[in-house]
Amino acid sequence: MQLTLWTYEGPPHIGAMRIATAMRGLHYVLHAPQGDTYADLLFTMIERRDARPPVTYTTFQARDLGADTAAIFQTAVAEAYARFRPEAMIVGASCTAELIQDDPGGLARALDLPIPVIPLELPAYQKKENWGASETLYRLVRALAGGTRTPRDERRPLCNLLGPTALGFRHRDDLVEVTKILATLGIDVNVVAPLGCTPADLGRLGAADFNVVLYPEIARAAGQHLQKIFGQPMVETVPIGVQATIRFVGEVAALAGVDPAPVLAGAPSRLPWYSRSVDSTYLTDKRVFIFGDATHALAAARIATTELGFRVVGLGTYTREFAREVRAEAALHGIEATITDDYLDVEAAIQAAQPELVLGTQMERHVAKRLGLPCAVISAPIHVQDFPARHSPQMGFEGANVLFDTWVHPLMMGLEEHLLGMFREDAEFHAEATPSHLGPGHAPPAPPAEAAGQAPPAEAGIHVAAAPASWAPDAEKELKKIPFFVRGKARTNTERFARERALPLITVETLYDAKAHFGR
Amino acid sequence: MNAHAPLPSLQTGCDIRQERGQRAVFCGLTGIVWLHRKIQDAFFLVVGSRTCAHLVQSAAGVMIFAEPRFATAIIDERDLAGLADANEELDRVVRRLIERRPDIRLLFLVGSCPSEVIKLDLARAAQRLSRTFHPDVRVLSYSGSGIETTFTQGEDACLAALVPEMPKAAASAAPSLLVVGALADVVEDQFARLFAQLGIADVAFLPARRAGELPAIGANTRLLLAQPFLADTARALEARGGIRLAAPFPLGQEGTTGWLRAAADAFGVPSDHFARVTAAGRARAATALALYRARLAAKRVFFFPDSQLEVPLARFLSREMGADLIEVGTPYLHRQHMAPELALLPDGTQVVEGQNLDAQMDRCRAARPDLTICGLGLANPLEAEGLATKWSIELLFTPIQGYDQAGDLAELFARPLKRRARLEV
Repeated sequence: MQLTLWTYEGPPHIGAMRIATAMRGLHYVLHAPQGDTYADLLFTMIERRDARPPVTYTTFQARDLGADTAAIFQTAVAEAYARFRPEAMIVGASCTAELIQDDPGGLARALDLPIPVIPLELPAYQKKENWGASETLYRLVRALAGGTRTPRDERRPLCNLLGPTALGFRHRDDLVEVTKILATLGIDVNVVAPLGCTPADLGRLGAADFNVVLYPEIARAAGQHLQKIFGQPMVETVPIGVQATIRFVGEVAALAGVDPAPVLAGAPSRLPWYSRSVDSTYLTDKRVFIFGDATHALAAARIATTELGFRVVGLGTYTREFAREVRAEAALHGIEATITDDYLDVEAAIQAAQPELVLGTQMERHVAKRLGLPCAVISAPIHVQDFPARHSPQMGFEGANVLFDTWVHPLMMGLEEHLLGMFREDAEFHAEATPSHLGPGHAPPAPPAEAAGQAPPAEAGIHVAAAPASWAPDAEKELKKIPFFVRGKARTNTERFARERALPLITVETLYDAKAHFGR
Repeated sequence: MNAHAPLPSLQTGCDIRQERGQRAVFCGLTGIVWLHRKIQDAFFLVVGSRTCAHLVQSAAGVMIFAEPRFATAIIDERDLAGLADANEELDRVVRRLIERRPDIRLLFLVGSCPSEVIKLDLARAAQRLSRTFHPDVRVLSYSGSGIETTFTQGEDACLAALVPEMPKAAASAAPSLLVVGALADVVEDQFARLFAQLGIADVAFLPARRAGELPAIGANTRLLLAQPFLADTARALEARGGIRLAAPFPLGQEGTTGWLRAAADAFGVPSDHFARVTAAGRARAATALALYRARLAAKRVFFFPDSQLEVPLARFLSREMGADLIEVGTPYLHRQHMAPELALLPDGTQVVEGQNLDAQMDRCRAARPDLTICGLGLANPLEAEGLATKWSIELLFTPIQGYDQAGDLAELFARPLKRRARLEV
């Protein structure tokens, strides 16, 4: 039993729903009690989809448990087939139905429907959402993949794009970018799976020359299967960041036998120049903490270091299936990876790493807000803000532009706050001044009651208990002159310095002694 | 005026029928989202699966800013395979939780579908843990499972679990009034003022804002239900001697007046005094409602089943706002508690208890209502088909009861229509 205040991933059947909802002509019959229908709102409210997910829930109740839940399941399958006439169906159980062991696969098979019915075994007490999505895509591909390649001299090179799903973090926009790159290279896309494809489309997967796996968490298993049965090579380089995109273009062009030059010519991304321009100097060695799914966390670590000049002081993922890769990447930065799905562990790791920027999920955004740190969101779990109205990819050269803006803006906001603070003594600024972007007439916001009432106990268990040396008034005053975004670090470092030397009082001298000792 | 007298359940001109099939509703765990804010020193620990954790997180406005006073003890394969003793595991989790949150005075162990199917005895676990943490923390249990409870029934189960903890009122105690059902604090305060002005001195609310402030219950306690989904709680309170006052629910001017009058009559408040005390509220409600009547009059309204608030809301929309009711779906219909409401609905109102989702959606599409009240999962798909919707969960999170919220309630329904009229894109 695990105490969970917040979860990064849903149960595995949510992953299956992400596949089913991405596709057309597929229906999912889920043996589940009524409460599980909440999952619809993930798609209709968070992603703002205009139709219900193609899912029928059996919604059995306690009184049915003594009777015949198997019959309820069979009725649901038969009625769903009659109403929706899908090309294929997937059937399975959620956590509760798994316990009553009705065997959805066998029950559906007994109905002898004239379409493929693919049973899913998604162990709800062991696995999670991304695994469920991966397993579902793999099962569908295994059951339905077909098609043959025509000779290459009669056509342009052809590839499949595997991985984009419903409720995926920027999958919609990534797909546009990657398709654009492929088109410029003269490569045609055979099938995109699962987003927008039909079961019949899966029957044409074999016609492609190779597969592009955009999100390994979701599509690696399917890609490996296709490699085995059709001998299709697989590109697994995730084109997030300038260098990764260039590598991706090279690999894809090599497999397709085309010239990558047209795509790489000129300056396809603004990131390299923006990063080299002198105004970006202040980004050097910014301490950054990174946490997310494996794909996005790994990419972020590489971009942060080699494309923006940050220093990675923390790296982690909740994707345990990719812990090995993330540990290896962390080792390159001389740190130990945080592999956990307990957000309290992540919060503690962030506090310990003392970053100046957090790149994380929505949960780390809240942690960063509590700690007063700038933050940008780089990964699911998904939030309504992750479906912006504008085009906002992570992948490709445009994706790199988006990342530069998204990660650097929070730091710039911090700088502005600092400048405001510096001028605080000037006539038009004073301690009660509200941020200028709010315009006149805005009172400073009261702290939210909930947060105010609850934050202390939440933090009580995390703060390292210690008896800090007391601050002399002039030292405290000097501390306030330090930019607020490094002030916390200066305070902790000075207190640590004083503690280690058993100094009872922190003076201005102590402050600068500590600064000299620890360096920047 | 006999609205407070127990009405025979069939005294209604409504056309009531039942439907079975696929449902699109939340389970009772969802109630935690508002209950944890109401009972300020209580913590809700769901004993369930990752699905339960994901549901509460998704229902709670998707993301949580401060550390919330709810969590899930996620059952894993070790618990199921018997490798770990589920009770020992639960004790360990609760210990860790109480160490982290020493401010907790009342801990609810909330049963879920998986915990019920594997027959984890949370009542016994609560007793055991209560002994362990006595006197600092009281531990109670209830079921919010989707196989037992629908959405608001979670609150019913939670409040019913509090009833045995309530002190016994002395047999000689003066008559007292107990208002049952979670209300926003601001609404509770308004009602407390009104009861005081009416001259009803001894008024208490269940749930109380603090775990240690549970009101007493006895043969002289009169029960006034503030929410229409409290079947088990009312039964438990009646078993302890309380006498339920039949009343409509305090939604809209008429509902609020009927609800207050049920209490006033039971406590012998003279009718002219009642009229005087309520005059200002009734007038303010009338003024506020008039602002929205043009927007809602003659609008055709369709309710999907969700919170059990549907029947009183339909009564309000029909009688006070002049809307036409196409279909009033409700997950359950408590015929006795709802009798005063059903008596007020227009003859021939289609009331459907239970759900068969696809068939109901077909009826809704065919009827092309002007406004559809439905759950979060259905709202955008129906909007995309050109139907204006009001998502019903907002009716639980927003203060809507009483005279001074009657206008807010009308506005909730008017807003989607106003928005549609406003937008030109």
